[in-house]
Amino acid sequence: MLTVNHFILLSAILFCLGAVGVLIRRNPLVMFMSIELMLNAANLAFVAFSRYLNNLDGQIFVFLILTVAAAEVAVGLAIIVAMFRARENVDVDEVNELKG
Amino acid sequence: MINYLWLVPALPLAGAAINAIFSRKMPRWLVSVLGVGSVGLSFLVALAEFFTVLGAGAQGVFNVSIYSWIPVGNFKIDVAFLLDPLSALMLLGVTGVGFLIHVYSTGYMAEDESYGRFFTYLNLFVFSMLILVLGSNYLLMYVGWALVGLCSYLLISFWFTRPAAAAAGKKAFITTRIGDFGFGLGVILIFVTFGSLNFADVFARAPQMFQLGAPIITTITLLLFAGAVGKSAQLPLYVWLPDAMEGPTPVSALIHAATMVTAGVYMVARSHVLFSLAPFSSEVVAVIGAVTALFAATIALTQMDLKRVLAYSTISQLGYMFLGVGVAAYGAGIFHLMTHAFFKALLFLAAGSVMHAMNGVIDMRQLGGLRSKMRWTYITFFAAALAISGFPLFSGFFSKDEILAQAFESGHIILWAIGLLTAGLTAFYIFRAFFLTFHTQARWTEDEGRKTESRHSPSSVVGHPSFHPHESPASMTVPLAILAVLAVVAGFVGMPSVMGPNFLEGFFAPVFGEAAAAIPAGTEWMLIGASVAVGLIGIGVAYWFYIASPEIPVNLAAQFKGIYTLLWNKYYVDEFYSAVFVEPGRRLAMFLWQVIDVQVIDGFANGLGRAMASFSGALRGWQTGYARAYALLMLVGTVIVIGWLMLR
Repeated sequence: MLTVNHFILLSAILFCLGAVGVLIRRNPLVMFMSIELMLNAANLAFVAFSRYLNNLDGQIFVFLILTVAAAEVAVGLAIIVAMFRARENVDVDEVNELKG
Repeated sequence: MINYLWLVPALPLAGAAINAIFSRKMPRWLVSVLGVGSVGLSFLVALAEFFTVLGAGAQGVFNVSIYSWIPVGNFKIDVAFLLDPLSALMLLGVTGVGFLIHVYSTGYMAEDESYGRFFTYLNLFVFSMLILVLGSNYLLMYVGWALVGLCSYLLISFWFTRPAAAAAGKKAFITTRIGDFGFGLGVILIFVTFGSLNFADVFARAPQMFQLGAPIITTITLLLFAGAVGKSAQLPLYVWLPDAMEGPTPVSALIHAATMVTAGVYMVARSHVLFSLAPFSSEVVAVIGAVTALFAATIALTQMDLKRVLAYSTISQLGYMFLGVGVAAYGAGIFHLMTHAFFKALLFLAAGSVMHAMNGVIDMRQLGGLRSKMRWTYITFFAAALAISGFPLFSGFFSKDEILAQAFESGHIILWAIGLLTAGLTAFYIFRAFFLTFHTQARWTEDEGRKTESRHSPSSVVGHPSFHPHESPASMTVPLAILAVLAVVAGFVGMPSVMGPNFLEGFFAPVFGEAAAAIPAGTEWMLIGASVAVGLIGIGVAYWFYIASPEIPVNLAAQFKGIYTLLWNKYYVDEFYSAVFVEPGRRLAMFLWQVIDVQVIDGFANGLGRAMASFSGALRGWQTGYARAYALLMLVGTVIVIGWLMLR
């Protein structure tokens, strides 16, 4: 029997995977995928709680997050393309002009 | 006609505005037409207004409100003009003499590259002076008062590339501002006391609210007079006027002889109700006037720069005017103001004509013998010299005599004696200048081959210069001739009672009240005789010293070397001021700059900056530039915040 605890556990695992992915990968494309993973982990938690609490607010929030994620990807991909055009490589560790 | 009064100041303002914006793009003749034409039209309107006042007789006082400037509760200041016999006469003087000087300037400044700028300033000056004269309240008068100071600065330092001119402009501005400060305080005190700045209100309330000699009125009048001392170059603030000769000569004629410096006299005459209530202040005015007259005249005795002689002469004549208004002879003071405007403007313009001919040389040691070269300049200068000397039936004779007679009659015998002595000195120094410039041996050589180019900034030619002097163009000689006619005949409007009707006294009746009782005929004739005799002696001595036996002044100078040196160095007043005021001020400024500003204030600001820099230097190690480091920090931060929220 699946309880809400299982869903929350899965959500937590997915979020940690995403967070680790952002921290250790140097390819911005993969970092973006990891960010998406974290967002979807949050979505999963929202849906699970929505179901558990019998309240639709959580599901509405998921739509909102999906929209924001889509917009964010559009901007992010544009940044990556621009970065590639400018530098011929997309390693985020090379982009450290703001170093203090 | 009274509805067109606003045109009188508006026309020169329009001329100044147009020339200021477009003169670079316009041909010179158009600049001249605008500059001269605006003042000329203004003069015609002023003439019409004058006859309106004249026709109205005793009712000749008009108040024209243009618009409400500062309406704040009870405090209400209008831009309003007061036209009465006093301001009407001043209008004629300012626009009339101003117009002639504008015409003269078209010839004098013809070669100058900043021709448009010159006419812009001149028109602006005429506008400012008209505001000062026409304003019907003290605030508007103060606006004009400050504006003429500004124009004076702009015009004195007109050739601003010459350090001497720039310094003279600053000196004039700062010195007159000291007086203006007193004037400003006086205006504020008037408002606090009377609750109004309108001439009509103040002058109506003053006699009702205060007794003769009330301290508050004395304070107000002394503060107002401080402004007059600065603007009209009296002791101890006269030092700016001689230096103001660095400006172009028409400027000297317009500002430092005919109009601006007379603002103080006009202001005292305008405030005569207040001054009549303050006998002590009037006494101060009269004494300062008389002492200044004598003081400046003695300096003028030895000066060699023709324009400087005239400058000290102006200070001296202004002293006469203050002597007049100080002994409550307001009409006489204004009368002398008017005649002085004619003959002093003429003297300056004639001196400018000499400079024009002599390639900018103005030192009398290098002039001489110009009589045959410059007929018109010679004749007109001669007329003006006779007028200022008080030669019988010339204008200065009537006005100066009236002031002296009134001083004598009001019991100021000592001041009268000082005035009389000054009259003799005046006749001497002006004829000294006249003889040294136009008569005597030429102290330059004729240079036929070289056409002298016209340059007016004073140049010092060492040794024995050679020139080809020539009479000035008609645009310069015609104004000279007109002014000469005025300088000769203007006095007949104010004849002493023993010689004929005094038209001016009746004309001023609406402003100054009915004239005082006539002076007994015997006394009058005695006074006239004394001043004529002193004037003739002055002329005679000048002739004796500089034509008949030129070795006398040299011997005298050697014999009384101490006095001569003292006079030659103008009593060391400039040096004294420099040591007492300027130098400590400069030291204080240096201290404030190098110690307070550089070390204390800058030190504090820089120290703060350095502290911030080292602090942020420690912090900037956090900015690694690696995106994942930031992400990790965010993650750690989030975990800490959430953990704290959960465990709380």
